[in-house]
Amino acid sequence: MQIRRLIDRSIKRLFFLAAFLSVMVLLGIFGMLLINGIKAFEVIEVSDFFFGTDWNPSAYGKPTFGILSMLVSTFLVTLGAMLIAIPLGVGAATYLAQVASEKTRLILKPIIELLAAIPSVVVGFIGIVMVGPLIARVFGLSNGLTALNGSILLAVMSLPTIITVAEDAIRAVPRNFIEGSYALGANQWTTLMRVILPAAYSGIIAAIILGMGRAIGETMTVLMATGNALAMPQGFFDPVRTMTATIAIELGEVPYGTTHYYSLFAVGALLFIISLGINLIAENIAARYRYKA
Amino acid sequence: MKKRLPIIFLFFGFLCWSCNPKHGHVENLLIKGSDTEVNLALTLAETYMMEDPDISIAITGGGSGAGIAALINGKTSIANSSRAMKAEELVMANERGVYPLSTVLGIDAIAIIVHQDCPLTEISKHQLAAIYSGRLNNWKYLGGSDDEISLYGRQSNSGTFVYFRDSIVQAEYASNVKQMNGTAQIVEAIKNDRNGIGYVGVGYIQENKNQINQGFKVLAVKATDQSPAYLPTLASNIENGNYPITRPLFQYTNGHPKGKLRQFLRYCLSAEGQILVQKSGYFPVTKAYWQQNEQALVMGQK
Repeated sequence: MQIRRLIDRSIKRLFFLAAFLSVMVLLGIFGMLLINGIKAFEVIEVSDFFFGTDWNPSAYGKPTFGILSMLVSTFLVTLGAMLIAIPLGVGAATYLAQVASEKTRLILKPIIELLAAIPSVVVGFIGIVMVGPLIARVFGLSNGLTALNGSILLAVMSLPTIITVAEDAIRAVPRNFIEGSYALGANQWTTLMRVILPAAYSGIIAAIILGMGRAIGETMTVLMATGNALAMPQGFFDPVRTMTATIAIELGEVPYGTTHYYSLFAVGALLFIISLGINLIAENIAARYRYKA
Repeated sequence: MKKRLPIIFLFFGFLCWSCNPKHGHVENLLIKGSDTEVNLALTLAETYMMEDPDISIAITGGGSGAGIAALINGKTSIANSSRAMKAEELVMANERGVYPLSTVLGIDAIAIIVHQDCPLTEISKHQLAAIYSGRLNNWKYLGGSDDEISLYGRQSNSGTFVYFRDSIVQAEYASNVKQMNGTAQIVEAIKNDRNGIGYVGVGYIQENKNQINQGFKVLAVKATDQSPAYLPTLASNIENGNYPITRPLFQYTNGHPKGKLRQFLRYCLSAEGQILVQKSGYFPVTKAYWQQNEQALVMGQK
């Protein structure tokens, strides 16, 4: 009898340990990023870092560490990706949840989830070889290595996330809402726009923000397909350099313990904080608008 | 559970055995660094490993900067670099007890490539400096069409990036240079960009000779606006020093190399090794560097 209670307790403790470990890893990573990142500010001015437009650590002359251009680049590609992915994603989710027959759904859903399994290098490769030249031809540019290219690819990568989560949210709308709407004489379209989507609002927002988090953190795709030019982008047809690409490019070549090394950790810490912030906002919104059915 | 116990033990035993690096007395050599040199290093290593089965050479690229950083951090036996180590890097190395010594593996030339339809056939060093620093930004000033020049270059971890900037541009790069991952990416990008210009190591071009005029072309370079222009694709232009954009390819080690490391480096500089250097599209070590190499390798004798 004692042994059974002992086993019970130790297994519970084991599970607690597993959860505790995940939290420790998260805190550990954040701590490492912060500790190393702060060291950069011993040499770099905080205002130069956040508001300087030139990131040039291996400069011919004096090195500069301004991340504003990269910050703008990251947000530009993410914004573009969301502009493409949100209508497509919510539309597809609505179709899957409300309009499609069960058979169609059974075929389409796995295919969409397969889209998420494409490795990011492959997506980047498609960007260089197919999407880039297409953009150049359509818009009469001399080459397709632009923010638009990155946005399209990131949209493709965040679509499965958005569709899956939004679809679940739409399916979760209580049946009596929908039946009540039909009973009052509304047609399918009105029910969709006035009842179902507002009811699924929290889930859809959560889906969008999760997709956005995916887009912000994506490295390989933007590294390969956006041209990595350090200039401040003037629009979607300019090449861009995201924060993720900068870390990927430069961390391999930087000797440990230099200002450049610590500055890359600072960029990483900033990325982490942005992603964390986005996820917290998503949680907050999802909780606030959640219908307690 | 009892029946599967022996298999579980066998599995863990196998894991432990396979994690043991010393199977027989094979010495491991790590080479890291320049992407310009990586294919050449691979060729040299593969041929050498066939002659000496007791050595295992692992080669990675990552750029000259990455190789030098690895040498400073003690993580590689040889750092391949297409540029000389900077003063700060040498100071940092010494602070960590690493004393870099270089041998010159071969000579490389940098080719300037443009799209096949570009009307230019030659360019001067001065014009290149103006283009890549952003002062000259339209093809019409060079006799071409009224289009913005689309600049391609490498990333900051590349020795080619540093060398081109320090010896040709001699200023900061323009901020709108598109930074590509490697030589191959630059070539592919130029093939798709009628306004593009890029710099690549000649080795890559020579290896892919059949691709010239299939989308891109190599410009002849003149040292000054008055001197004649030379193509880097003719070996004689490099060997007699006419082509103005050449550089030595370095191999850095920590102090004088000993043992199998020294034997491998000797092999690279031997007649056989230098033939492989030429086959990879580079040029054999010139007399100026022979003495330096001899000093580095002879004095490592036990």
